[in-house]
Amino acid sequence: MDIWNIMEYAAWALSAVFGLIIVADWLKTDSTYSDDVLLSSQEGELEAMTEEHKV
Amino acid sequence: MTDFDITSKTIDGIGPHGAKIGLLRVLGPAHVWALGVGIVLVGEYMGWNFSVGKGGAFAALIACWFAGILYTCVAMIDSEVTSTVAAAGGQYTQAKHIVGPLMAFNVGLYLVFAYTMLEAANAITVGFLMDTVANMTGHEGLDQRPFIILAIMFLAWLNYRGVLATLTFSLVITAIAFSAIIILFLFTSPLLGSDVLQHQALMTDLPYGWLGVLAAMHFGLWYYLGIEGTTQAAEEVRSPARALPFGTLAGIMTLLIAATLTWYVCVGLMPWEYLGQAGVPLFDAARLSGSTFLMVLLGIGTLFATLASANGCINDASRAWFAMGRDHYLPSWFGAVHPKYRTPYRSIIFLVPIALVFALGAPLDQVITFSILSGLLEYTFMPINVIMFRKKWPLDTIKRGYEHPFHPIPAIVLLSLCGITYFAVFLGYGTQLVAMIAFYIVVSLWFHFRRYRFVRRAAQFTMPWPRPQGY
Repeated sequence: MDIWNIMEYAAWALSAVFGLIIVADWLKTDSTYSDDVLLSSQEGELEAMTEEHKV
Repeated sequence: MTDFDITSKTIDGIGPHGAKIGLLRVLGPAHVWALGVGIVLVGEYMGWNFSVGKGGAFAALIACWFAGILYTCVAMIDSEVTSTVAAAGGQYTQAKHIVGPLMAFNVGLYLVFAYTMLEAANAITVGFLMDTVANMTGHEGLDQRPFIILAIMFLAWLNYRGVLATLTFSLVITAIAFSAIIILFLFTSPLLGSDVLQHQALMTDLPYGWLGVLAAMHFGLWYYLGIEGTTQAAEEVRSPARALPFGTLAGIMTLLIAATLTWYVCVGLMPWEYLGQAGVPLFDAARLSGSTFLMVLLGIGTLFATLASANGCINDASRAWFAMGRDHYLPSWFGAVHPKYRTPYRSIIFLVPIALVFALGAPLDQVITFSILSGLLEYTFMPINVIMFRKKWPLDTIKRGYEHPFHPIPAIVLLSLCGITYFAVFLGYGTQLVAMIAFYIVVSLWFHFRRYRFVRRAAQFTMPWPRPQGY
């Protein structure tokens, strides 16, 4: 097994990790917040919201 | 909402009306530049050179400049319209406000297909590049699939986590890829005393005459395909009226320089018969220069340009899909914004398996042709859009961040060049062109008879625009 074989396995593993992180966060978010909140964005209103946003 | 007026000289025509969540306005003009140039620059590293195969070196230069005019018109028109439509969705949102729902639905699909197919093509290229490097180091038979999947999954994760990090990443790698082209030009040109370029020996007349020039227009689009993607950042830039025109116009200027330098260096190092079918022409040019430094630099540049393009494509396709979901042109489920990362996370997730299917299962040339044709349909919509925009909302009725000059000449030029390019595409990919137009007709019928009833008729227009003239 050379470095390229190891890189192939590493790429499979990292792909799975990124996929799992995304799916886990997606499920957590959807179960924590209602669609009333998640779907409430509308065009043309965000500049003022950003001014109110606290980082 | 009524407290805010788009004719205001102090704000960008947008104001609050009670939403609980929204995309985050954190981007500046440099991010807009990175989004536009990042999507396109891979076309300088590969693909444009097929225009050399169609008509020779001079035909590729003529195509480069005529396509440059086409895209300059695109950039100017887009800059004006989108500086007033500061919402996600780009040309989809423009069409929704200016033309009508059926046009908007079609334009939205053009955008999503063009970017998702281009993302898949970029992922395929990442796999090809890894295989090339493995071969150079003596490893045969590399499995490209894990690298293709990793490229898509990593960039999807980055996009999921937030737009600022995503486009800052694009900014850095795009700047490196662009600098690599400049460095290659400087090191190989007579400016620094080099004599490796052999234009006098390699340049020929037009091998296929003027028909070859016409055929070269198809691949001439590659030099600039995707610069119009800057508009998708409209809902996430701090100042849409200023940042979008600035980033877009700076982007097209960058690409005109990069395209011309790329052509100059490559045709001075390779005969047109070879260049016309090369897989990675800039990397090949660096290898032929005899410099290991340039070879490594352009190898990195090729990989970075590919990743920047895929990254921008995920960003843009997801914004278009999100905007269509938000207006109920698609199931509203897609219109969700992540409460912490403030990204259209469901749209990003939904498009990942589609990109994977095309990246792992479809041939590269078919994927790219589908992307080009969707882009061409989108450019055909733009002149119609801007003429209607100027007619419905003349200059003194709505605030613009940028007013493009010589109207309607750019619109007429753009429409004429699109017509020429359709013919050029028809010469090489006539069946695909007809099949794709048939596809869009079928989905338009579906939208009209089945989907339009769900669209939020009045509620989709929340920007406080004045009433159009004549209505």
